[in-house]
Amino acid sequence: MLVNQQILKALEAESIEIMRETAASYKQPVMMYSIGKDSSVLLHLAKKAFYPAPIPFPLLHIDTTWKFKEMITFRDQAAKKAGAKLIVHTNQEGVASGINPFNASISEYTRVMKTVALRQALDKYEFDAAIGGSRRDEEKSRAKERIFSVREAGHKWDPRNQRPELWHTYNTRLAPGQTMRVFPISDWTEVDIWRYIMQEDIEVNPLYFAKSRPIVKRGEQLIMVDDDRYPLNPGESIQMQQVRFRTLGCYPLTAAVESTAQTLTQIVDEVFAVKLSERATRLIDGANEDSMEKKKSEGYF
Amino acid sequence: MQRAIVRLLTCGSVDDGKSTLIGRLLVETDSIPYDTIESTKKIRRSGSTIASGEIDFSLLTDGLEAEREQGITIDVAYRSMSLLDGKRLIISDAPGHEQYTRNMAVAASRADIGLVLVDATKGVRTQTLRHLTICSLMGVNRVIVAINKLDALGYKKSIFDDIQAELEKALSRMQLPDVIFIPLSALAGDNVVGKSKNMDWYKGPTLLDSIQSWRPQAADEGQARMRIQLVSRAENFRGLSGTIHLGSFKMGDEVRVFPSNQVTKISKIIANQQEVSAAHDLEAVTLVFESEVDATRGDLIASSKEELHPSDRFNADIVWLHEDALIHSRSYLLLAGSSQTPATITRIKHKLDVNTGSETAATDLSMNEIGSVEIATDTPLTLLAYSQSREFGNFILVDRLTFNTVGAGMIRHSLRRGENLTYQKYEVNKVARAAQKNQQAKVIWLTGLSGSGKSTIANAVEKRLYAQGMHAYVLDGDNLRMGLNADLGFTPEDRAENVRRVSEVAKVLVDAGLVVLVAIISPFESDRRRAKSLFEDEEFMEVFVDTPVEICAQRDPKGLYKKAAKGGIPNFTGVGQDYQRPAAADLILNGQDELDENVNKILKVIL
Repeated sequence: MLVNQQILKALEAESIEIMRETAASYKQPVMMYSIGKDSSVLLHLAKKAFYPAPIPFPLLHIDTTWKFKEMITFRDQAAKKAGAKLIVHTNQEGVASGINPFNASISEYTRVMKTVALRQALDKYEFDAAIGGSRRDEEKSRAKERIFSVREAGHKWDPRNQRPELWHTYNTRLAPGQTMRVFPISDWTEVDIWRYIMQEDIEVNPLYFAKSRPIVKRGEQLIMVDDDRYPLNPGESIQMQQVRFRTLGCYPLTAAVESTAQTLTQIVDEVFAVKLSERATRLIDGANEDSMEKKKSEGYF
Repeated sequence: MQRAIVRLLTCGSVDDGKSTLIGRLLVETDSIPYDTIESTKKIRRSGSTIASGEIDFSLLTDGLEAEREQGITIDVAYRSMSLLDGKRLIISDAPGHEQYTRNMAVAASRADIGLVLVDATKGVRTQTLRHLTICSLMGVNRVIVAINKLDALGYKKSIFDDIQAELEKALSRMQLPDVIFIPLSALAGDNVVGKSKNMDWYKGPTLLDSIQSWRPQAADEGQARMRIQLVSRAENFRGLSGTIHLGSFKMGDEVRVFPSNQVTKISKIIANQQEVSAAHDLEAVTLVFESEVDATRGDLIASSKEELHPSDRFNADIVWLHEDALIHSRSYLLLAGSSQTPATITRIKHKLDVNTGSETAATDLSMNEIGSVEIATDTPLTLLAYSQSREFGNFILVDRLTFNTVGAGMIRHSLRRGENLTYQKYEVNKVARAAQKNQQAKVIWLTGLSGSGKSTIANAVEKRLYAQGMHAYVLDGDNLRMGLNADLGFTPEDRAENVRRVSEVAKVLVDAGLVVLVAIISPFESDRRRAKSLFEDEEFMEVFVDTPVEICAQRDPKGLYKKAAKGGIPNFTGVGQDYQRPAAADLILNGQDELDENVNKILKVIL
């Protein structure tokens, strides 16, 4: 076996161990499903972890109503194929207030439509554990995240008061009011994700592959205009451009990269060659140096 | 055999150039995205002397906001990189100060290799010995001692030799089988990835070489172990899921399940959504057995040839992780992989001075302290010596109230005592004895402040029961302190032991079929919980006699509040020590209500 395959095998086994530990420890676990490549991998790992039994928890998608159209289509198909129950939640109060990516700061929009929405959904369905696809290589504050990470009442994360995590002995217990966030693919890197998708032939969203798409250039960012809600500034125009996405999110906030990568092999080559950290294409993270840590303490994934 | 993922622990402080060394290793192996490197040219720590526009290598391994302001790394941070031979290195970076011993122990728990940094300009310091001691204790397989900053000392061989000789003396008392000394400069880049041109006298490996050459120890022939995480159920299917943590399992293998000690054969192995004929170390699998055996989450499956002995008494080393000290006799939850059981530290033998390696007598363990203890578990566990198996020789202790992880333990060996004592079963049992008396055996546990009215209520209840022909008995905390518990004081440790003894006596009396009334302050929730855990759910009733402390002090039937107020009684509940109100009492009595009213409330439950 090649060393890369050995790495994937070891990562896969660790992730499966964590998912099984979650299923065995909680009354109402849920798996976050954000439609991206990491979610596709999570879903695939969940199938493997429990086979021949079905996946023992539902999937939860927080829909901000600003996702790419192709994401929603893909989401519904993927959940159906996996035989998993899909729960979609939107912060209706947020929608009613009229907040959108253009009339509010990015951080306020994210707080209302993602963080608050997530907290609402976790409370509504009384989920005691939520599995997420965050990886330690994505961003600095994630590098200190535990695999089983306790959230205090109100879903707050206190980075100074984390439980020590040793060996493979995970403390999954919860005191009243606490909930758990679980990160089975913490140790994976972006390249691992793509290699695994290739090796396992996992279906991923078409937005990851380069295609001619309607693009407006705003500052340095290439934004795909996915519907007519995107207000163009004077002088801006929509051009068809060969692009792909490294991460998926709300379309006005997720920049595309110029690319010709149309196959998984080409994507892996590109990820190796570009060497730009993937969250650099996310507009919400750049607001200030430590914005991820701040969002996480409020309950963001 | 090689391992595709290698875990490296880095120990040392920022001053030793640790972050710089790791940063350089990352950059020189091309493991850092360009935009991240760019950002380290812009950001500066306060007091940094690195010119703007140059890479500050140390910034690549630091994490959170507050910590960056303080200029130190407090928690454990993880970072992945690719070695040049294609393997993956996961670096866990922990702070090196003594007040962060616990963080280092956490990072060391999964490390294959420990990188210990020595600042050559300062020589061997106590922290170096501490780092080596923790690596040894936590079973780190290979240790690389990087003697750094030799560029500042003219790359002199004699300095390197002296430091090595001094450390080798200390190493003789540790269990570190594989130690490599490397002279280097993180700042100048000598012997990190490339061989140094400045130190021709050094013929050994570079830092990268000595990381890449590490190999794990192979399993002995015929060994195979897996702990059950999950019982997997589907239509016509029952399998046992877990990760193999030593050796291999093949179809048809005869295996033994612990603690039930039943033998069966493997009829099917499922991995990767299909049946396979064999599965190996570090694979996540589901095993199906030929015959029905007693096997559940937490049990251990091993080759039938292996002789493993479940036990309920162990000798262990413990690293204390929490601000609240370890208390002798207090009950904690012990977790070992997927196994769990309540456990009590029955003896603290001594604590370890992490700087000198010497052992001193101790009665408690505070945060960051390491001690050697005896531990008793409520149910037998199949744990191995940590020196033989990190995977099956580790455990953590969890507080039963907050569920915080408070301690980390390494099994030294199981104590024979537990094994040789087997519970004798008698044919006349608790139910029969109680039925003969026409009653149900029960404990009524009255907790509350001194003077709250516990004894008075217990006395009145017993009188009423006696009058009705029932068989009851009062265990009074104060009375027992004159005999059985005469050796105990009022520190939290002694109170825990006091409650433990009283609850064990109550258990014997319940077994005899009696209604037992316990009147004891029992101020700590965890001690009461442990008492409750000894009984069946319907056998135990926690009654909180809730009387405000001012009223108790006014009543002061024994004159104790007056004495305590003058400072004559340290640890007096409600004055010098807290009373933790029961979180989930079965019955709360207002201690100022009429006695009869309170007695009737209790009788309603018993009768």
